[in-house]
Amino acid sequence: MSKYYFQVERAGVHTTFQDLGRFNVQHLGICPGGSMDSNLLKISNKLVNNSLQEGVLEFAYQGPRLKLISGNAKIAITGNVHFTIERQNNTSLGKQYNCFETYILKEGDTLDILATKKSVYGYLSIEGGFQLKKFYNSVSTLTRSAIGPNDGKKIDENLKIFFIKNNENNNKKIVQWKNNFNDNIIRVLEGPQFHYFSKQSINEFFLSKYKITNHSDRMGMRLEGHKLENIVSSNIASEGILKGAIQITGDGNPIILMADHPTIGGYPKIATVISADFAKVTQLSPGKEIIFKKVKLLEAEKYFHEQQEILNKIYQQITI
Amino acid sequence: MFEKIYNISDQGIICDFGSEINKEINAKVIGVFNYINKNLKVKKDLGIINCIPSYNKLVIQYDLSLVSSVSIIKYISSIKEKYLTYLNNQKKFEIPICYDTEYGLDLDSISKQNKICIEEIIHLHNETIFYVYMMGFLPGFPFMGDLTKKLFTSRLKTPRVLVPAKSVAVVEKFCAIYPFDSPGGWNIIGKTPCKLFEKNKKNPSLLNPGAQIKFKSISKKVFLELESKNNE
Repeated sequence: MSKYYFQVERAGVHTTFQDLGRFNVQHLGICPGGSMDSNLLKISNKLVNNSLQEGVLEFAYQGPRLKLISGNAKIAITGNVHFTIERQNNTSLGKQYNCFETYILKEGDTLDILATKKSVYGYLSIEGGFQLKKFYNSVSTLTRSAIGPNDGKKIDENLKIFFIKNNENNNKKIVQWKNNFNDNIIRVLEGPQFHYFSKQSINEFFLSKYKITNHSDRMGMRLEGHKLENIVSSNIASEGILKGAIQITGDGNPIILMADHPTIGGYPKIATVISADFAKVTQLSPGKEIIFKKVKLLEAEKYFHEQQEILNKIYQQITI
Repeated sequence: MFEKIYNISDQGIICDFGSEINKEINAKVIGVFNYINKNLKVKKDLGIINCIPSYNKLVIQYDLSLVSSVSIIKYISSIKEKYLTYLNNQKKFEIPICYDTEYGLDLDSISKQNKICIEEIIHLHNETIFYVYMMGFLPGFPFMGDLTKKLFTSRLKTPRVLVPAKSVAVVEKFCAIYPFDSPGGWNIIGKTPCKLFEKNKKNPSLLNPGAQIKFKSISKKVFLELESKNNE
């Protein structure tokens, strides 16, 4: 057991441990989960020299306030996040703290992650990683099934968060990552029940705007807009679900299934968000509007590889 | 064997075995599922990261950074029915159940709706040999079939906010066991003292897709004994 730890002074709205997800067990009813914005998770890990799949803290809207009780830690925060570092006896380490940049926290410091700006999710990584127990090879928290660290719950006030490595030397790393949190054009592929919907409905689906409602979380994003007319059946024999699927419930409104989606489901799915746009859609907050654009499989694959290329360049920048 | 195989995402395909829901079709789904999982090296090389069997479909998720849909579809299409050994290694389970009306919350209403006495419901359920079509909804939650037509029911009009953990419930030709307290709309007929999902075990889920289940009726006294033993 490590002796280095933070104490949670404020948990934030929805702060959970996440990595890249838990695979090969969906047939038992356990969905992969994992970070909502995996680009930011990977960059946060790379900045502190961790493996890309190391577990980090994911927060939404308001993040946690953490007091470093024991040890020193090298950290990085990614996203569009307003945060401060308070030093004991001294007010503040500096005026401005930037995302995509490493910092050393010293024993007694308090890290206060105040808010994600014009976005939803942000990530806190720590060099050497948090001390967490894996379940099926992952530390991702799946609150609905009580799986993952902290008994599968989001973190609570007063929780002690242990980390592995005491670290005082900041070989500072900074990287430029352009978040585009205003881009609301979400590219999709045809879903398995695309033809369950009337031609007119399908046209409307791609022409009209869908508003993100407050009923949006790690499990799904409920949208409001042109209701889709189902001409076959509003129920199908339950089948496996993958993240990004856009299902249409009986009332005709779409739900985009997010990281903590159900493992199987019986609603028809009109479309699926392409992998290259999944992180983007997770960062759109309630009230914003989405426009869906249909692409072909080969294009979706190309966009995915282009995004991987961009990430690889970012990793190289950090390693140099 | 496959009616169609096609992409449902840029990291997932669906294998369609037809539209009917029966054991013969589902056994093929589970057969292909087992075949992929047995050939671990191929599975790994192909970047397959999840196989999700359901009644008559198999969804396969893969890592697009390692592989494209073309190679996955080619591999799956090459799997022939004669390669499958699905019924030879079917796991069999006997699961105790207490049908006391304290646990079988909907026995009475099923009895009235289906015009069949409670003893007959219990008898018909208890003599059925069930088969796990798929797992999902919750970790360790099995969808089992087939019930006789006499026991067919619809979902509750208003789902319960809380179905107690370990409740055994039925809807249409299916039977399920709730591993945890959960909301739910199925008709509850009894309760088992068995734990269906235990995180600390090496194999947390008691059941698997394709398993065979026979319920064994136990008295309330035995139920309470077994339950207190299981909670030790």
